[in-house]
Amino acid sequence: MTAVASGGRVGDGSVAMLRQMIRIRRFEERCVELYSRGDIRGFLHLAIGEEACAVGVTEALDTDDAVVATYREHGHALARGLSMGAVMAELEGKVEGCSRGRGGSMHLFDAPTRFYGGNAIVAGGLPLAVGLALADRMNGRERVTACFFGDGAVAEGEFHECLNLASLWHLPVLFCCENNLYAMGTALRLTESETDLSLKAASYRIPSWEVDGMDVRAVREAAARAVEAIRSGGGPHFLEMRTYRFRAHSMYDPDRYRQKDEIESWKQHDPIPTLSEALLAEGVLTAADLVSMEEAVDAEVDDAVSFAESGTIEPVEDLERFVTTPAPADADGGRRS
Amino acid sequence: MSGDPTNRKLTTAQAIHEALDLAMDRDPTVLLLGEDVDDPSGGGVFHISEGLSTKHGEHRVRSTPIAEQAIVGAAIGAAIGGFRPVAELMFMDFFAVAMDQISNHAAKLRYMSGGQTGVPITIRTAAGAGMQFGAQHSEMLESWVTHIPGLKVVVASNPADAKGLLMSAIFDDDPVVTIEPTLNYWVSGPVPEGEYTVPIGKANVARAGSDVTVITYGREVSFALQAAEQVAAEGISAEVIDLRSLVPMDEEAILGSVGRTKRAVIAHQAVRRGGLGAEISCLINEHFFGELQSPVVRVAGPNVPIPYAAELESMFVVDANDIAEGIRRAAK
Repeated sequence: MTAVASGGRVGDGSVAMLRQMIRIRRFEERCVELYSRGDIRGFLHLAIGEEACAVGVTEALDTDDAVVATYREHGHALARGLSMGAVMAELEGKVEGCSRGRGGSMHLFDAPTRFYGGNAIVAGGLPLAVGLALADRMNGRERVTACFFGDGAVAEGEFHECLNLASLWHLPVLFCCENNLYAMGTALRLTESETDLSLKAASYRIPSWEVDGMDVRAVREAAARAVEAIRSGGGPHFLEMRTYRFRAHSMYDPDRYRQKDEIESWKQHDPIPTLSEALLAEGVLTAADLVSMEEAVDAEVDDAVSFAESGTIEPVEDLERFVTTPAPADADGGRRS
Repeated sequence: MSGDPTNRKLTTAQAIHEALDLAMDRDPTVLLLGEDVDDPSGGGVFHISEGLSTKHGEHRVRSTPIAEQAIVGAAIGAAIGGFRPVAELMFMDFFAVAMDQISNHAAKLRYMSGGQTGVPITIRTAAGAGMQFGAQHSEMLESWVTHIPGLKVVVASNPADAKGLLMSAIFDDDPVVTIEPTLNYWVSGPVPEGEYTVPIGKANVARAGSDVTVITYGREVSFALQAAEQVAAEGISAEVIDLRSLVPMDEEAILGSVGRTKRAVIAHQAVRRGGLGAEISCLINEHFFGELQSPVVRVAGPNVPIPYAAELESMFVVDANDIAEGIRRAAK
């Protein structure tokens, strides 16, 4: 398991994906505790249950591709390579956070990994993704911009403006729809006149397909196929990942709109045991490997929390810093190390 | 302002065209995005970009669908990706459609990211009444954008400033909204050749005076100058300050002048309620409470949507007579 513990891949990379999903799950679970203690405030949207979407797509990307995400983006950030400590410090509002504590849970940002943000406006990231892809295309780079959004975004005008423009201009965007069946507390059938979301993309002449969003290997395979097609000049592609969040929309949501048995039935498709059991059955992983992987992740989460707790609060004199162009004193571009 | 003194006259539309052309010559990352901006689709509704796609290519002068959120958002994304896009929103009223990208993204990304990215975009837009374009193609909505931290906002009053301010905007590392008074497109004035900039944040004393300070911007500057002529005949010496930049605002210029005259008139076409005049008036009162010789006068549009009918529209527009009357009130 040394290869896994050091972030390497075993076999087809499934072990690495399992590890990433466990990292996200354990991170989110710890966030619940920290939120209850008041160490994390504001809005907090957990991706528990949806880990396979972030991990499967990210695994199909190269390091110089770009990612644009949503307000439920801790998992995308971790999968993309942001350090767990930097993400946790951000949630605790510390300068050591990936956005210096200016952003919070919904605004993780990391230019070095081309992670261009969580985004608290539903569908607000799609136009940015189109622009990032335009820049790459104009520079003649074979990069892809992966843009995540939920089924709720499909009802927004920006979604339609952007699919249309990306298709017209043949831009290298991978539209990644995480369809968890609820736009906040309203069921898909009550928010969409056409609940087959891939049809929407198809109507813009964008190749689109559905994938089981609880199966990380299926997600990665579909994403890899789409990324390859985009890189070879195929224009934008659209993935509808059918997934489910096991917890409420946010910490403020009493979750009264879903039946317990519906949640329980989706938990039978939990992406983490689904993959770990398959890997055990395939003999790629042993039970001992799994335990040591979980222990390593728990240690990483502990370290992240310690890092965040020992972080510093930005001096209040810096309140107005970064509203506009940095003064010469800010020539480090805002990255304090 | 640098650049050679010149007698060459251009319209504001030609001056803006020249700035775009020079910026595209200088920097290959300058792009234009907007409705109908390329030559096959007409070179823009006011023909400002006419010729630019033929010269610089349709990959750099990109006509878009009528999709203002996508226009501004694509500009923002391309800016993060290393370009300096100039997005054109045909009329300022259409900011209502694009406001999510302007307010929630362009203005906030630098701050929310802890300074990791800037958003060096320019949003050009035509604004202002006087052409019977009706309620949805005529508004000056500068208050919408000056209220949002993270944006810079400029308004030129003449062709030379229009060129110089646009050059500054394009090469500024923050999002800049350049409000272009529609009727000024056809107004001519001397414009220096070649590249020069008018700095963002610096006002211009368009006319020196000693009795009353008139603070204004955009199309109202020419009316204020006419008004100053009118009252000069009555023995009132009015100083006219052309703000040129609304954010950042040259407070030093305003306070320096009002500190001398102790009387201020603020003139703008936008409706009075919540208008920029209220902000400037407050600034003056914060500094000179008790020293002013008369209450600050606001000359602004009535609180109504802009009517189509010519007689009603002309009542809406602040003109030289309105400003002269405001100066007389302040001078009492």
